[in-house]
Amino acid sequence: MTGALSHLRVCDLSGQLAGAGATKILAAFGAQVIRVEDPVSRGLWDALRGVGPYVDERRGVDLGAGFNNHNAGKYGVTINLRTDEGKQLLRELVAVSDVVCENFAAGVMENRGFGYEDLQRIKSDIVYVSNCGFGHSGPYRDFKTWGPIVQAVSGLTYTSGLPDTEPAGWGFSYMDHGSAFYMTVAIMAALHHRERTGEGQHVDLATVPAGMAMLPTEILDWTVNRHMTQPSGNRADFDEYAPHGIYPCAGADRWIAIACRDDREVALLAKVLDEPTLTADRFATLPQRLASVTELDAVVGAATASRDAPTLAADLVATGVPASVVKSPAERIDGDADLTRMGLFPSVTHPDIGKVRVEGIPMTFSATPWHLDAGAPKLGQHNDEILGKLLGHDAQSLADWAERGVI
Amino acid sequence: MSDLRVIEISDQYTPIAGRVLAELGADVIVVEPPEGSPHRRRPPFVDGDPGLDRSLRWWGANAGKRSVTIDVDDSAALELLRRVIAGADVVLAGSDRVAGDRLRYSELSSEHPGLIWVSISPFGIGSARADDPVTDLTVLAGGGPIWNCGYDDHTIPPMRGSGDQSANIGGMYGAIGALIALAHRDHTRVGQIVDVNVTAACNVTCEQTTYHWLVNQAVCLRQTGRHAYPRRSSPVQVLCADGHYATTGVLPRKPDEFTRLLQWLSDLGLTEELPEAFFLELAAGRDEPVDLAAIGEDEETTAILSAARDAMRLIASHLPAKEFFLASQRRGFPAGAILPPHEAFDDEHSVARGMHVPVAHPELDRTVIYPGAPYVFGGSPLTPPTRAPLLGEHNGIVHSLADDIAR
Repeated sequence: MTGALSHLRVCDLSGQLAGAGATKILAAFGAQVIRVEDPVSRGLWDALRGVGPYVDERRGVDLGAGFNNHNAGKYGVTINLRTDEGKQLLRELVAVSDVVCENFAAGVMENRGFGYEDLQRIKSDIVYVSNCGFGHSGPYRDFKTWGPIVQAVSGLTYTSGLPDTEPAGWGFSYMDHGSAFYMTVAIMAALHHRERTGEGQHVDLATVPAGMAMLPTEILDWTVNRHMTQPSGNRADFDEYAPHGIYPCAGADRWIAIACRDDREVALLAKVLDEPTLTADRFATLPQRLASVTELDAVVGAATASRDAPTLAADLVATGVPASVVKSPAERIDGDADLTRMGLFPSVTHPDIGKVRVEGIPMTFSATPWHLDAGAPKLGQHNDEILGKLLGHDAQSLADWAERGVI
Repeated sequence: MSDLRVIEISDQYTPIAGRVLAELGADVIVVEPPEGSPHRRRPPFVDGDPGLDRSLRWWGANAGKRSVTIDVDDSAALELLRRVIAGADVVLAGSDRVAGDRLRYSELSSEHPGLIWVSISPFGIGSARADDPVTDLTVLAGGGPIWNCGYDDHTIPPMRGSGDQSANIGGMYGAIGALIALAHRDHTRVGQIVDVNVTAACNVTCEQTTYHWLVNQAVCLRQTGRHAYPRRSSPVQVLCADGHYATTGVLPRKPDEFTRLLQWLSDLGLTEELPEAFFLELAAGRDEPVDLAAIGEDEETTAILSAARDAMRLIASHLPAKEFFLASQRRGFPAGAILPPHEAFDDEHSVARGMHVPVAHPELDRTVIYPGAPYVFGGSPLTPPTRAPLLGEHNGIVHSLADDIAR
């Protein structure tokens, strides 16, 4: 099938979710994404190759389900860049690629002889996107990060939690996703520029600033009003709404999110909860509700505690009050008709893992739908196809290189 | 992307997509009703004084755009909007139809087959829930992110971080969808409609929680400051001497890392305070790195890593969070201070990376520092944005836009 990006080839030295998440989107739309991995460390620079979850008791670098999820639809080759022959192979691959991308620490590519100027000499219009925590410039350029560190130093972690105690933070590497979003945008924008001008370029993406870009209002409230954002549990940012929170429901660890955007919705909430206290004069206006917000939240929480979460959410939404169960993985993945309709979780086939579901792309394209059916590449799975057929090397050379640890 | 004209029919989830494209140089015209987009009424406001042109939420998501107001109940104005859309490369909207169903992609695209129309909506086009009321809180609860965030104590509700992150997630996918569709059009001249489902976007922005479920039906549960996971993991956040917290990242594994950790303890005069330093010496004297997979299975490995964690906690308790972060990184241990957004933004590295962008607000006789973009385009540098537009500020251009069908 011809995809939106079937005309593109990506030489992908990136990994983990922060890089692989971007090139997965490109692969889903038809780009030929070729992951270049190190045969010496068995590809474990991308730690996800070697960690679970696994589908069964088998373990190994070709069996990590997280790696499979993030790399579905890509090709994989092994090249040992410590060797001159390996470096030459990478040069040949760059020469037939539109994009080179990576998320090593700053300086790694230059030290290997593949900085932007080197890449440009190999292919003059190459689009090179680097992606690391602090970027390739600035005083912290040598610092290393992973998702939770990015979230910490960008301000995101601080905003999630109760006041005056330890931050709860984000319970996953949110900014690995954020990094992948911006990396995808960078690649596509640079490609459009190349399309118009014939010129490639280096885009230096820094993930910590990307985290700050996710907090524009909070930052403007500081630069304009000198107001410092503080964690406030689940209350609305900037006192926009009240009640606004996550309240207990019947059952173990069951919760409902409710947001009343105006006085009318508070009245509707009172009716659905059968809790007339919410319509008392002291809760009549937003300033009044904010002044007594602890009491207000306690009233709402006491009324929701005995309710069935899905039923209450449905009743509230039906009356026009924003509400949702805090959905478990089962509820959000397997219980959403819209996601089933759009095929958000396709099954892919991996040579060793077998048939397994992965995350798809949350967009539906009318003319060029995305498509994922192959699992992630095994380590060096496509050496013959890419290094042999695409780059024109014969079987004897490949065998020789494999024996000598070049690939 | 200065060749690109984007018409954003302002809707709940369109602003971030429009801003990201505007940052890249696209000419983004945000179309509002005469009374203004509801985003203009969202707090916080300049100096705390509400006003349609004073919302920092509006500023943060609409910098670099121009604003025109169109009364779609006026048939002449509606025709004007039709012509404005006809001259656009990309439309951003909240559905496949706007102006109360009077302008539809299906009709416009038959006249303008190159048109790219990106719908960004809470549940996707055609959803039975299309009219359900939502806020950031309820979308993040229904989409999955909130499930992962919170505290070890599950009597405390799951937590939502600040920043309207569902708007960021949906908006970033909106920009990505537009750019991928554009790449296709660059090659084929064919446009299409892209349907971004924000709930789906949040659903695939939960990292490992999703694939643990997809492959094993394993349920990740929230934990204080660390990844939600099927089993309880060890704490990673440490309380620092100034009362702030830091996240410690990945523990040492290699012998030389343990040597450096011992040196750090010694430099701070803390070795005697940590009897478990014995285990660090043991690890420093090993030939091989510690196998993290052996935690809990091998007693010595477990003791070594427990000692490493205790060492980090002890060191952190003697340093302010920012100093701990800098010292830790400089000694080769990736870590991060949990900074409030304003401290993150004012950090010297953020300034050096160009995140402080002065933007003139002549209507207030002020220059405001906006957060910049997280990437540096070497070949097509981004230009600082103009300030977010006043309501209807560019109504004077609407007729020339409408006449610009030849684009």
